Amino acid sequence: MIHVDGVSFGYSSNKLLFENLSLKLHPGNIYGLLGKNGAGKSSLLRNIAGLLYPIAGRIEIDGCEPRKRQPSFLQDFFLIPEEIHLPSVTVEKYIETLSPFYPNFDESQFRKYLREFDMPEGNKITDLSYGQKKKVLISFGLATNTKHLIMDEPTNGLDIPSKSQFRKVVSSALDPHRIILISTHQVRDLDNLIDSIIILDDSKILVHHSLDEISEKLRFTTLVTAEDDNRVLYSEPSLKGYTVVMENWEQEESRVDLERLFNAVMNNPARIRKIFHRP
Amino acid sequence: MEFKDKQSIYLQIADYICEQLLLGKWPPGDRIPSVRDLAGTLEVNPNTVMRTYEYLQGKNIIFNKRGVGYFTDEQATSRIREYRKERFLDSELPEFFRTLYLLDISIEELQRRYKTFIETAYPATL
Repeated sequence: MIHVDGVSFGYSSNKLLFENLSLKLHPGNIYGLLGKNGAGKSSLLRNIAGLLYPIAGRIEIDGCEPRKRQPSFLQDFFLIPEEIHLPSVTVEKYIETLSPFYPNFDESQFRKYLREFDMPEGNKITDLSYGQKKKVLISFGLATNTKHLIMDEPTNGLDIPSKSQFRKVVSSALDPHRIILISTHQVRDLDNLIDSIIILDDSKILVHHSLDEISEKLRFTTLVTAEDDNRVLYSEPSLKGYTVVMENWEQEESRVDLERLFNAVMNNPARIRKIFHRP
Repeated sequence: MEFKDKQSIYLQIADYICEQLLLGKWPPGDRIPSVRDLAGTLEVNPNTVMRTYEYLQGKNIIFNKRGVGYFTDEQATSRIREYRKERFLDSELPEFFRTLYLLDISIEELQRRYKTFIETAYPATL
């Protein structure tokens, strides 16, 4: 379990990026972390990875504190950062050097992921394009079989077919012992892949729920008219009337549209908090 | 698989599985893909497929053999027809009738078109 408990963080102590933030992430789930530019997503991920330290509060991952960077923690944790720097070696040399740090690394799995991503073999990593480097790192990260896998904007730089391949490999890499946490702006890339969502804004967590819970409380549908309907939290004009996010009083199940959910949360944070009973 | 906009994904996957069964692609009594395999194929979260399987299990359309996998029930097709028919008659048909009425389309024309549709879309089942 990843437990973020009352964490505050800022790059200078008089300007905090987030304050008293708490999160609990459980194995067997793929979490999507959403937030506007500069909301602090990457900083939060780097705190969880032990690359940055909280000013207050505590982060605990299966009994370890990431900031201590103990081997027992590091061998079960993998972070794919947004900006990647890979050494000038062949893919073979890369796995030979790095895989010993990950006891559950599975080379055949790694090769399988590279094949699924249509990667050419035997290349030097520096000769690869940005997107191809990213594919190497994603494949490696998944094949380490660490209990905790964090990806910061993983689909940036991937071409159109790779986004579908990305969903396939991540879906098949989830197991009941694993926590996968993905931050992104490209919500369409994660559609149907994540089962829980965390929305970070204005130094607070606005939403931290499973999509099942969200579709219980909110309904995503089209209405002929959206005015004077006090169930509606967010609406935008569409061909058939208004595409809306509304309170789900009738208990109708609908498909959660991540983009509209995000807009609804940004438009009306207080009401969202009330609907989900967050303090 | 192309998902529709409005209906929740786990129910759309349930419809997809039912369609495989009704079309005879997944015969009664046979083993169906594992949760993980189907999730990979459809590019969705495995927990969503799990929810679909539990839902279909509750409707006695598929069943779980512990440690072996999921299988289609021998009676699956008749149960699916029952459950799909109920849903169609309740929610889709009134909408369809409304359009027929608004556009003044006769039952005869509908019948003719239905016949052509079946002949072109599902020639193998004739």
